[in-house]
Amino acid sequence: MEKHEEHTSHVHRDDEGDKLGMWLFIFTELLLFGMLFLMYAVYRYKNPVAFQLGGEELDVFIGTFNTVILLISSATVAMSITAIQRGNKKQALILLGITLFIAVLFLVNKYFEWGAKIEYGFYPGSNLLHELGHGTTLFFGLYYVMSGIHALHILIGIGLFIYVVHQIRREKIHSTDYVWLENTGLYWHLVDLIWIFLFPLFYLIH
Amino acid sequence: MSEEKQHISSYTSHILVLGALLVLTAASVAVTSLEMGKYNTLVAMLIAGTKAGIVLTWFMHLKFDNKIFAIFTVAVIVLFLLVLYVTFFDYSYR
Amino acid sequence: MSETITSKHVSFLEHKGKYKGLLGWILSTDHKRVGLLYLYTMLVFFSIAAILGLLMKIQLIAPGYTIMGPQTYNSMFTVHGIIMIFIIVVPGLPAVFGNFFLPIMIGAKDVAFPKLNLASWWIYIIGILVVLSSQFVGGWPDTGWTFYAPYSFRTPTNVLPALFGAFILGFSSILTGINFVVTIHRMRAPGMTWFRMPLFPWTLYATAWIQILATPVIGITLLLTVMERVLGVGVFDPTLGGDPILYQHLFWIYSHPAVYIMILPGMGAISEILPVFSRKRIYGYKAIVLSSLAIAFVGYFVWGHHMFTSGMSGRALYAFSFLTFIVAIPSAIKVFNWVATMHKGSLNFQTPFYWAVSFIFVFMIGGFSGLTLGSLATNVHVHDTHFVVAHFHFIVFGGTGYSFMAALHYWYPKMFGRMYDRGWANTGWAVFFGGFLTLYLPMFGLGMQGMPRRYYDYLPEFHTGNIISSLGAILMIVGAIIVIVNLVRSARYGEKTSEKNPWGGKTLEWETDTPPTLENWEDLPTVEERPYEYK
Repeated sequence: MEKHEEHTSHVHRDDEGDKLGMWLFIFTELLLFGMLFLMYAVYRYKNPVAFQLGGEELDVFIGTFNTVILLISSATVAMSITAIQRGNKKQALILLGITLFIAVLFLVNKYFEWGAKIEYGFYPGSNLLHELGHGTTLFFGLYYVMSGIHALHILIGIGLFIYVVHQIRREKIHSTDYVWLENTGLYWHLVDLIWIFLFPLFYLIH
Repeated sequence: MSEEKQHISSYTSHILVLGALLVLTAASVAVTSLEMGKYNTLVAMLIAGTKAGIVLTWFMHLKFDNKIFAIFTVAVIVLFLLVLYVTFFDYSYR
Repeated sequence: MSETITSKHVSFLEHKGKYKGLLGWILSTDHKRVGLLYLYTMLVFFSIAAILGLLMKIQLIAPGYTIMGPQTYNSMFTVHGIIMIFIIVVPGLPAVFGNFFLPIMIGAKDVAFPKLNLASWWIYIIGILVVLSSQFVGGWPDTGWTFYAPYSFRTPTNVLPALFGAFILGFSSILTGINFVVTIHRMRAPGMTWFRMPLFPWTLYATAWIQILATPVIGITLLLTVMERVLGVGVFDPTLGGDPILYQHLFWIYSHPAVYIMILPGMGAISEILPVFSRKRIYGYKAIVLSSLAIAFVGYFVWGHHMFTSGMSGRALYAFSFLTFIVAIPSAIKVFNWVATMHKGSLNFQTPFYWAVSFIFVFMIGGFSGLTLGSLATNVHVHDTHFVVAHFHFIVFGGTGYSFMAALHYWYPKMFGRMYDRGWANTGWAVFFGGFLTLYLPMFGLGMQGMPRRYYDYLPEFHTGNIISSLGAILMIVGAIIVIVNLVRSARYGEKTSEKNPWGGKTLEWETDTPPTLENWEDLPTVEERPYEYK
């Protein structure tokens, strides 16, 4: 999002401003997901039983597994910032490598999870959902929309991490100029933050 | 950040934070099997809220950054909760 | 873009960067050029949408088929609305004057993220192209600019590109908002404390927050409507369990604050102009600042007043009606302050002043009719009638349009280094103002009598009002043509001026060269007092 530019004739560098910009972007994202949570709240309020039954169809193990690895990846990003601040390029790259691996793993899990659900007949417009009625249709509609948009953010995050790794290798990000890494980290924590709420709301309904 | 004193979190602190988050996750899964009626959701949301707070405070560095970020973040969350509340003026009484 | 170091006193219009000609504009990260790019784009689309509006008024000059049938009419008001709202009024003053003057007024050399700024213009253009592509394939959308569910995913017309285009335009708006907040937080000149900041930047600040916090709401809503249409996920579709009223909630959670995105910067521009042409300090500077922030905040919680007849719960109706009355207070504070500023001032009757004063006039009519709509009992009677159309145009066209014109005539010499023909400008204003009132005032009456909106036809008893209104539309368009032709012509042939401060303003933009140089300042200015300190 934030670009650091050697712009026109004066060089304007303001890391604090760049971070503020990133936070503002995060607020935008929070409101975007917030509205999805609002829809979830409304429809769950109107269809409590169907939502509970829908939740029982989801695999708690995969959900928990994805939660755990996403939390670990958040920690590795945070640690990579520490590594860069200490000037330890190699450690930073290793930590970011782990993060990237986890991001991909998360999507692979999601692929199999969705694949199994679709094969079973849970997808928008399917006959099965039609038979199970409105509440279940809404539950799975929201499930696909919300986890889908979340997965899209993971995908964007992967792109950002590849760019950051590249920049660290080229010494463009180093111990005195690492706001790109910090902002990418903030973005990644946001992705984690959303998942922290998606997980109990879809997988752990009781 | 350039030459100003920038707070550097240690690896240990990050690991501790991660540990806390994992414990809370386990707790969240564990309490699901308890029968608490409508309080199940409440507890689940409280745990998720705590986890979110931890991520914001330490991983996202709000504790050490300019206070204005923390103030804005709280304001945005309050705004969202108010919108949610006002929406339910409709749905709770329909 | 690595532009070489500027030689002194070359205006941004003549500055030679890395690229020449048109490329030098559409690839320039200079905030002033970006602002003008928005201005030119809006000019083109305003003309198109205004012609659509005129065609609708000609259709309504007599009952029955005049020049178009019902399907064409439905498409006309849809496309008129989409262009006017999403392409013109929402970006409106922030994108044009905010980009051009925000950095100058707070004493900065550019916005915080110049590349991002240029990118938002490009995103804006891409959004426009996507919206317009709906015109060429599968028939014009006919949902109205509100895209209400469930019709927006039932209509056979090609509403998808319009939805998706509006979604893209939202990104442009968000990025502009982020840019402005960071610019104001981080780049104020030495001595420019928060409460020494002029009022236009203040209103931009409030607006930028709404852009950041409300636009994602419409983004996700439009995206879900797209998904509903393509995949049938069911979230808004009543046959699948969805609640179409929830669509209205989400739509207005954005679109009501969006009205304040449209109007707040206009209020800021008026607050700049009135002290200058009254030669007096603005009355109640802090009250205006705080009321701007209050409008931005309270404006979040009044969305339900668009939905009084939709079938919401009674409790919600009372709550939204009450909140709507609350939000009128800060607007009224502003009007009071403006009038008090002019009181006993040494008034200088120039074109910007005429536009500013007529702004207050039409804005008050719009505001009071808004209270009529905000109270439950009257709303039920006039909901979805021409009364709403009149109210809406008094606020959005009267509010944003007049303040836009006031701002344009005020800052014109600074922007182009040329002066427009004052005689023609005043004539154009007078014709426009007369046409505007003739066009929209009868609509209040028509609405009270019960003429619904969005129909190509009407009962014979509404004929008189419609004839007056349609004639007013023609008069207003004539006025608009005079104004626009005068401005466009003068940009090329107008009398050259390099006078720094033609109006005697007290804010920083009047201390730069006319037109400003590439980076506005050789040395950043230092600010020692509050703005508008007329002795």
